[in-house]
Amino acid sequence: MSGAAELPLFVAIPVAILLVLGAGLSLAGSIGLLRLKSFYERVHAPTIGTSYGLGSVLLASMIFFSVLQTRLVVHEVLIGILVVVTTPVTLMLVTRAALHRDRLEGNPEVPPPLSRPPEQD
Amino acid sequence: MSRRLLRWVLPHPILSAWLWLMWLLLEQSARPGPLLVGLVVALLGGRAMAMLQPQRVRIRRPGLILKLAGAVLVDVARSNLAVALVVLKPRPERHAGFIRVPLALRNPNALAALACIMTATPGTAWVEFDVEDGELLLHVLDLVDEADWVRIVKDRYEQPLLEIFQ
Repeated sequence: MSGAAELPLFVAIPVAILLVLGAGLSLAGSIGLLRLKSFYERVHAPTIGTSYGLGSVLLASMIFFSVLQTRLVVHEVLIGILVVVTTPVTLMLVTRAALHRDRLEGNPEVPPPLSRPPEQD
Repeated sequence: MSRRLLRWVLPHPILSAWLWLMWLLLEQSARPGPLLVGLVVALLGGRAMAMLQPQRVRIRRPGLILKLAGAVLVDVARSNLAVALVVLKPRPERHAGFIRVPLALRNPNALAALACIMTATPGTAWVEFDVEDGELLLHVLDLVDEADWVRIVKDRYEQPLLEIFQ
């Protein structure tokens, strides 16, 4: 990155910490995706990457470019907002598809449908 | 007359303001060109939203949004660490499970906000919501006490959302 060497130390250190933290959290999420046993457990793991994993890297980016370009660079906030708003859509789609299939197959570990079956008189 | 015109041009002022701000952030400038194009995009966005005829969003306590956002930030951070620990140092006694939370929340916007909160929190996943019974099915990665989780969802998130939206 051009100009990265000009970054003052007191900015470089927090940026580096945030980057390592974000990368570490995302890595933990990826390991979880590999390690956790059931589908419903695995759904949780990547969320680390899309919450604070993402947030740390975005914050590092904002500080880095704001200092280097000596102006406020905050458009990364949009990435954060869009990810937070759109993740539930895909996550629900995937979980409900899995739930539907498990119920059809009669998997005992999955709770029955929420709405009570229509009552017969 | 002029009020009706304003209503037509700007049916959703807050949405249009956000769209404009988003456009300027993406352009990273406030020169006249981007300002003008952004304004057109914002107005078209508002018109398009009006054509979809969504339920009007009424926010009753804007100050509470900040408080809720703060609580969510803290909870998500805590949950990040907890899930990272579960992944890196597995405990044999940990068990995951489904829980049911009876919700009083019915406003679609409030429910969407709750879904964003539950999904952004690594330890919990929104699985299913029954509109008729108002029952929410959640999956919790580290389930210790079911009643505890129900209380957290109801007190920490549902209550503020009820006050904000309904």
